[in-house]
Amino acid sequence: MARTITLLQAINEALDQEMARDSSVIVMGEDVVGGSGAEGEMDAWGGPLGVTKGLYGKYGDRMLDTPITESAFIGAAVGAAASGLRPVAELMFSDFVGVCFDQIYNQAAKFRYMFGGRAETPVVVRTMYGAGLRAAAQHSQSPYSIFTHVPGLKCVMPVTPYDAKGLLIQAIRDNDPVIFFEHKGLYETEGEVPEQSYSIPFGEANVVREGNDVSIISLGLMVHRSLEAAETLAGEGIQCEVVDLRTTSPLDEDTVLESAENTGRVVVVDEAPPRCSIATDISALIAQHAFDALEAPISLVTAPHTPVPFAGVLEDQYMPDAARIAAAVRSVAGYAP
Amino acid sequence: MRALVMPKWGLTMTQGVVVKWLVDEGADVEQGAELLDVETEKILSAVESPASGVLRRRVAAEGSTLPVGALLGVIADADVSNEAIDGFAATFEAEFTPEAEAEAGEGPSPQQVDVDGHSLRYLKMGEGGEPAVLVHGFGGDLNNWLFNHEALSAERAVYALDLPGHGESSKNVGDGTVGSLAQAVAGFMDALELPAVHLVGHSLGGAIAAELAGATPDRVRSLTLIASIGLGREFLPGFLDGFATARRRRQIKPVLEALFADPALVTRRLVNEVLQYKRLDGVEEALAAIARDLVADGEQTVAIRERLATYPGRILVIWGADDQIVPASHAVGLPDGMHVEVIDAVGHMPMMEASARVNQVLAAHFEGLLTA
Repeated sequence: MARTITLLQAINEALDQEMARDSSVIVMGEDVVGGSGAEGEMDAWGGPLGVTKGLYGKYGDRMLDTPITESAFIGAAVGAAASGLRPVAELMFSDFVGVCFDQIYNQAAKFRYMFGGRAETPVVVRTMYGAGLRAAAQHSQSPYSIFTHVPGLKCVMPVTPYDAKGLLIQAIRDNDPVIFFEHKGLYETEGEVPEQSYSIPFGEANVVREGNDVSIISLGLMVHRSLEAAETLAGEGIQCEVVDLRTTSPLDEDTVLESAENTGRVVVVDEAPPRCSIATDISALIAQHAFDALEAPISLVTAPHTPVPFAGVLEDQYMPDAARIAAAVRSVAGYAP
Repeated sequence: MRALVMPKWGLTMTQGVVVKWLVDEGADVEQGAELLDVETEKILSAVESPASGVLRRRVAAEGSTLPVGALLGVIADADVSNEAIDGFAATFEAEFTPEAEAEAGEGPSPQQVDVDGHSLRYLKMGEGGEPAVLVHGFGGDLNNWLFNHEALSAERAVYALDLPGHGESSKNVGDGTVGSLAQAVAGFMDALELPAVHLVGHSLGGAIAAELAGATPDRVRSLTLIASIGLGREFLPGFLDGFATARRRRQIKPVLEALFADPALVTRRLVNEVLQYKRLDGVEEALAAIARDLVADGEQTVAIRERLATYPGRILVIWGADDQIVPASHAVGLPDGMHVEVIDAVGHMPMMEASARVNQVLAAHFEGLLTA
């Protein structure tokens, strides 16, 4: 039976069901148990936002609280994965990847290749990203393009509770390292989720709205803002097709190109800064393979090339919103050479 | 005068989009004639005329989105005055209140029942009369009957269930044979205290229904086989495997399109719903187990003619002339005593593609009004 739960609950349920199904699944990270033995609700809080709450009581020593040393526990997770476990490590903020990047970029991502296919590294790194929470420049970035750039890593960014559960189960069952990005602004998103376990294959973008006038290619929190813009634009007679990439590696090039070829007019929306980004990558893909279908230059709606501001008024300006997306769509829709 | 209204196709439908009128104002129409195309989130289908007469008014504009029950047009005799037609439409519109979304959720809702270790989902509509049970085919679920369930329930209680391994029923199918699926349906009837029913089966469900009718004829008041397997050898090569193993939209879409004469009926929403079902743990194994018993070396291995021979009751056979999965030629040369209905320009899903016709013959068949 499907019922309505939040994206946060969907992630918790995916972890719970996979830990129940497979005893090699372990969870490790800073405060993933959190305050065990404290009074009342504070007992085993389950991470800074409570995503892993309740799992310690069920799985005990398969839930590992680690010191605040990402290089150590991400490295431990990678090693545990290479030697037979399926660790889900929580890198609290993806902004902190700097201190453990070697373990991800030069170790986990390389093992299968360097050991001639005889080593597998089924590790999942769950990590929060995204702006909008007044958390300043070191806790608000969207660095998924850095990971997407690395051959050997799979990159996933769920938008709905349904996708979050199915993609996380797929990530845990996957035999390669997967970076699982969770936008802080999406945890309370509600949606219908089946109680049963299910997995969604990687590399399958989701067309969340159909339309024939303009394609909006988007990911993460920006999918919601793109849908908001599409709703407004429908009232003006512009029908947008909104594509949620779901995973940036592997990337579902076919769905992106199919949509671009159908509409001939494309807006790419990305919360990250614009240089060497998912937005430029998608734009290049379309320019290379769907050039003949294009009726207008591809438009990019992204953050500026700056750190995420702390001042609220600036942070709101920094993130693409529905109004900016709608303006880009209008300009692309009305373009005539 | 008869109002032509926005139909309610399935439990979750609250509104539909008027895509295109198929008939001009002033045209003579038969009851059941297709008057206009309506698209819902799930599917595109034609709305049929509720009565014979003249389509006097096309009230709904093409492209408009209207709630369930809203006035689409007016059917009346040619001699009714224009003023009377306008008055009828004005009164209807003045008195019409769209079903609120909250109320839409209050209709019949699916239940679960435990049968021999399976949890089976079913939906009951209607009350009393001689009850009917609708059994879907391979990979289907109770929503396959969304254009039929309500119409058939006017005169009787009608149950549609999800077979084991399907829909929201549990995914264990045991050996997956037609025999064990038939046992599950018999167990379902026991659990709901249905001693005898009008049994309707589609495709694989046809073979299941035939199995039950042959084995326990006293429990089956009448039998209907829609595009059933088991009556011939041919079967679309690759269909079962294609359906069972597809995990992605691009893989499943061509498979689903083969089900319909009009591939445009396969909307993205329909594709997504099938994918959501197929992604559930256990579904791929369940479908593979069932498929093993149905086809070998490209030919059907299930045969139901002997079963039918031992069933003394009324049998109705319905087929789409353009069925690509199980050819309509299997409806030719059946034993005497069966009523055979082959519908033109329809594929493997006649209950969806020609719902009005199917509903008509089913209702007549239940009442014993069809001749062989």
